[in-house]
Amino acid sequence: MHSGLLISQADPKPMYLQIMEQIRHRIAIGDWRPGYELPSIRALAATLQISVITVKRAYLELERDGVIVTRQGKGSFVAESAGLSTRLHHEELDAHLSAAAGIGRVLGLAPDELEKRLRHAVRQRGEKKP
Amino acid sequence: MTEPVIELVNVEKAYRYFRLFGVHLRLEAGQIMGLVGPNGAGKSTTIRILMGMISQDSGEVRVLGRSMPREQAAAKRDIGFVSEDMRLYGAATLAWHMRFVASIYPDWDAKYADLLVRRFNLHPDQTIKALSHGERVKATLLLALAHRPRLLLLDEPTTGLDPVARHEVLAELMDALRDEHRAILFSSHNTHDVEQISDVITFLDRGRVIDSSDKETFLDRWRRVHLDVPPTISTPVLPGTVATTVSGRVAVITTRAYSPDFHAACDGAGLTIRDVQRMTLEEIFVANVMSNRRETLS
Repeated sequence: MHSGLLISQADPKPMYLQIMEQIRHRIAIGDWRPGYELPSIRALAATLQISVITVKRAYLELERDGVIVTRQGKGSFVAESAGLSTRLHHEELDAHLSAAAGIGRVLGLAPDELEKRLRHAVRQRGEKKP
Repeated sequence: MTEPVIELVNVEKAYRYFRLFGVHLRLEAGQIMGLVGPNGAGKSTTIRILMGMISQDSGEVRVLGRSMPREQAAAKRDIGFVSEDMRLYGAATLAWHMRFVASIYPDWDAKYADLLVRRFNLHPDQTIKALSHGERVKATLLLALAHRPRLLLLDEPTTGLDPVARHEVLAELMDALRDEHRAILFSSHNTHDVEQISDVITFLDRGRVIDSSDKETFLDRWRRVHLDVPPTISTPVLPGTVATTVSGRVAVITTRAYSPDFHAACDGAGLTIRDVQRMTLEEIFVANVMSNRRETLS
């Protein structure tokens, strides 16, 4: 099974985090629906050519976050919990906003200046899309 | 827990100019272990002892439940071995070698062998001496894989390979491990390969195991921390410090015991953390070796 996940060796982020982010994203955009069966740990390790222990760690942390469930001997599945995709989208948004706030602080921007920039970005997006 | 695939307990071996000192190793089924060390660290000696090719002076060696070197004949049926200096017959073809190995191993899987021939883009009618270095490595690996051993012992399997051949070899190793009853031990001084596919990593230097742990633990616990040091402190003392360089008010600490507590320890000591950097396996390896050599000297 082709997972569509891809790991970058040059990304400073550790590989298990890259896997977690990509899986969260696939779920957030609705590619992988609740109940969807994820590739087995060994199969994903083999296709990505990375250690089993790294994939195992990503799956364990996703399980702890309630994103996936693992049934002994059956495999791992996207959690059935209501609104998971929306929740992940919100989490993704919060992560981006927090990163933006960090850069804002480095630049010495006041909070209202940052808000202005965000509103500007929203307007620009609105103009591009029909 | 089931019996480990490899177990070395306090293994010693002395040569005139080289010695293995009380080596302990343990590898479970389903795992890949990377044995990392500089040249002359004892990687090949360790693998040869595991193969029963040389016998240890003392200590216990068990491979696939067999005591080595005494029961090596039984153990070897289930071991695939690849080493740099392994000699194939230059004048004979790959097909001849495949027939030869198939005649020795009852578990030879001809279909799998043919699949590997295609995946590695090899030509069975070619004689060994006509092969490039990369093709020869792939041919040797094919001969080791196709009898479906439970344990693969690979001495420097990726040395001298071009990036594409490396990729093909690593892919095939990972593929062999889809089955969780098998295990691989491979030695390398290429930490990149080891970091990519190993579950467990063992560092060897000058005949000693200087560290061994699962890969995620190595990558999680080792950090380089940049600190601002107040003038009242000359050398900061922090958990797990392996190396310290101080220049003016700035210190860079390499620690092997990073955790959230580390920040509290810094706060408590009046140190300000400027940056916390992850380390590659190569950096961890070098820092580990250097610190260990300093300890051995003092």
